[in-house]
Amino acid sequence: MSFIRKTSNFVTGTARMAFLGGNKVYYAWLFLLVACIVQALFAYAHQYERGLISTNMRDSVSWGFYIGNFTFLVGVAAAAVLLVIPAYVYDWKPIKEVALFGEMLAVASIVMCLLFVLVDMGRPDRFWHILPGIGHMHMPSSIMAWDSIVLNVYLAINLIVASYLVYCAYHRIPYNKKIVVPLVIFSIPMAVSIHTVTAFLYNGMASRPYWNSAILAPRFIASAFCSGPALLLILFQILRKVSAFEIKDEAIHKVAELMAYAMGFNLFLFGAEIFREYYSNTHHLVHYEYLFSGLHGKASPIALYAWMSLGFAIISFLLFLIPRTRRMPLTMNIGCVLIYLSVYIEKGIALIIPGFTPDQLGQVYAYVPSAIELRVAAGVFGVGFLLFTLMVKVSVVILFERDAQPVHA
Amino acid sequence: MFFRVGSLARNRSMWGRMTRMRVVRLAAAGGWAALLLTAACGPVQEKGPRFGNVVDSAAKTTVTLFPVAPPPFSDGIFPCSQCHGPTDKVNRTPHVVDFHSEIVLHHDEKNRWCLDCHDAQNRDKLHLADGRLIDFTESYRLCGQCHGPTLRNWKAGEHGKRTGSWSGAKQYLLCASCHSPHSPHFKPLKPKAPPLRQEAIR
Amino acid sequence: MSDHTAAPLPVPAPPAEGYSRREALVMGLFALAAAATTAGCSAADKLAYEEFVQKHFRDLTPEELKDRLAGLEKKYSEQYGKSVKVSATPPIPGVLFGYALDLSRCIGCRRCVYGCVEENNQSRNPQTHWITVLEMDKEEGVNLQNADAFYDHETVPAPGKFYMPVACQHCENPPCTKVCPVEATWKEKDGIVVIDYDWCIGCRCCIAACPYGARHFNWGKPVIPKDELNPVTEYLGNRPRQRGVVEKCSFCIQRVRKGLYPKCVEVCPVGARKFGNLLDPESEIRYIIENKRVYILKEELNTQPKFFYYYGL
Repeated sequence: MSFIRKTSNFVTGTARMAFLGGNKVYYAWLFLLVACIVQALFAYAHQYERGLISTNMRDSVSWGFYIGNFTFLVGVAAAAVLLVIPAYVYDWKPIKEVALFGEMLAVASIVMCLLFVLVDMGRPDRFWHILPGIGHMHMPSSIMAWDSIVLNVYLAINLIVASYLVYCAYHRIPYNKKIVVPLVIFSIPMAVSIHTVTAFLYNGMASRPYWNSAILAPRFIASAFCSGPALLLILFQILRKVSAFEIKDEAIHKVAELMAYAMGFNLFLFGAEIFREYYSNTHHLVHYEYLFSGLHGKASPIALYAWMSLGFAIISFLLFLIPRTRRMPLTMNIGCVLIYLSVYIEKGIALIIPGFTPDQLGQVYAYVPSAIELRVAAGVFGVGFLLFTLMVKVSVVILFERDAQPVHA
Repeated sequence: MFFRVGSLARNRSMWGRMTRMRVVRLAAAGGWAALLLTAACGPVQEKGPRFGNVVDSAAKTTVTLFPVAPPPFSDGIFPCSQCHGPTDKVNRTPHVVDFHSEIVLHHDEKNRWCLDCHDAQNRDKLHLADGRLIDFTESYRLCGQCHGPTLRNWKAGEHGKRTGSWSGAKQYLLCASCHSPHSPHFKPLKPKAPPLRQEAIR
Repeated sequence: MSDHTAAPLPVPAPPAEGYSRREALVMGLFALAAAATTAGCSAADKLAYEEFVQKHFRDLTPEELKDRLAGLEKKYSEQYGKSVKVSATPPIPGVLFGYALDLSRCIGCRRCVYGCVEENNQSRNPQTHWITVLEMDKEEGVNLQNADAFYDHETVPAPGKFYMPVACQHCENPPCTKVCPVEATWKEKDGIVVIDYDWCIGCRCCIAACPYGARHFNWGKPVIPKDELNPVTEYLGNRPRQRGVVEKCSFCIQRVRKGLYPKCVEVCPVGARKFGNLLDPESEIRYIIENKRVYILKEELNTQPKFFYYYGL
């Protein structure tokens, strides 16, 4: 077969695998995601027509829900590395088979990140201005420019590796280790770099003392590593039940253990920030006061979420740390959900909003996302989840179901 | 000519000495004339003259005068000599006058009154502390006698509203253009509307 | 990527070379669609297309710049029903602009705010103000955490309060120009930090990076009543902006590059504002820096603003 034939065969074949042969729950899930996307298209059309004034962002809080989600999802994308490192670097068999799913999650997350940046831009029609060559990319001083490069490189690597592996598996040919392994090894520093560069976007700004802290980058890495795999652990357990997907308990427990250490480190860094802020007791404390209670006698709309995030983090840390609760599926899954929520709040609301409140001149604007923002964000999540669902379905069929012998239990 | 000057310089006779002194006086007078001439025309700069130096013959000194906006007279009030003659009898002790009742003096009124600034004999002029008469267009010299640092800042361009061009010749306003000399303290203004709260921007 | 070796299933024979009928149909449809889009373009589309693909301001040749300005003049004149002039005045050599504000004199009347709004064609609805006047306690001094931008008294100054207007500080080491991913904002030779509204992508990194709250975003479509438009505009300054771009004080670039004072300096009723060429030893701004005790906001951030606050009294 020629390469073009093989590829078109692959495309049509995987499309068939993605959309056919699922059960009722699967189609209901697809329908839900498509509905999310469609309603978001209407919401975004409204936003594109009227401008970003249809969000609740204003000059004082100029980044909000969209960028918060972007930051969280960059962390999820980077966390795929947590599965890749043991698999390829240490050649640790139990995780190797699931590293592919980590890479697919990375692809879906980066796509969502790019979409969130696009919907947040004031002039999305001018996005080409940032492309080097035809636009004018402000290197090396703009961290946003660096971020656009590393995110797209990381997307490319994961896309190439994941599609190549699935392509080879589809055609039942062995994959070329000389192509895959260097790319995968390279994706490890790339994963660290995407999240570090995103952290630098924030902590390079001296105008925002809440972010202008050297440990923001390590905090980002730690919280990414503890939250990213949570989604995958839940996914693997679901897949194990509904399909022929195989994963050893050993692998799941190991990932959970690594997540525990990452969360422990995350809590340590958070504690270090809290100490610095409250002990030094400078004016910069106002941002933490807004985060955890409120300012000028008014309660903060995000205080409840901040405390929830902290509580969930501690509970999930303990659940993952104690071997008994780590191994018990119920407590482990509760821990996964809590850790995901905790880091979602920490990287989204609790990172962005206190950085802007009070603003540079001491004025307070209490931001909460508008309905349009929630709708568009739901649509972006819909796109990401849809992409991920289709990729997972295809991979599960190719790897675990297509060649399964009838006698297989 | 040079031969003559040279021989004049060496001539020790009485004639030589007297001529030398006459030459020196002539040279000095010429020099002063040149100086005053250029001073009166103003120093020539590429940006144009910033101010003019004039001779104050009464004090036998040169003062700096500034090109200013016209004095903010009320309609029809000037020239004051329409009503006030130079030979009128004037009561020079501070007292309340019947006329000009629309003016309320609120400018160190415990220690000052009208004739401390307005000249009693020539009402078209103001007078400095030593009695020298000045025009209304030079009123800053009078204000500066008490408000010295302010006058210094005004001359440098730091004090007062700036109009015109930031480069080259400055446009000056008189003190009285902004500060009523009888009640100089600025009255509180009603502020313009505050900015909309960002929650209200839809 | 399981490299297990299961029993290989029979591979079907490869088909004949060349495109199948399905493939040919798809390619034909694409070509048709492409042809249909390029046909039927009107002049308005052409203008929109040119605006879409225009280059960065600093990459324009002089002819392209002239055409661009002429196009903008035509567009604004039609939009506002009056003859609008758009210039791209170059900086005057040997000039570095500086600004000084006497905190002992400002009474917080906000006439500078609204003078600026009129001169610089700021949107009335949604409201944009380039200048924010902060009211603080005299006893406490400058403390931005206890500053109020929304004061509304019967008369100002209110007893015990002083006022600090804040706008773009035109820093020598600007944090905003550093972070722009497309270099839509930069510092000109005469020290003014400018924005190219046609290049800005609206990412708002600069707003996050500015320590002084000086930058403002056009969240909605800016609206200026036709009769209030100032028709003397500058490409990098006060020309009417669009939705989705950032704007800020430009030191009235359309005035100062012609030798005039910024509008706020002229409008201030108490003479609290001063402006001039920092490189001119005779200017009042130099006199202030050399003789008064000047203070800059957030000095520890090393932004080196050219906006100096001082106490004249």
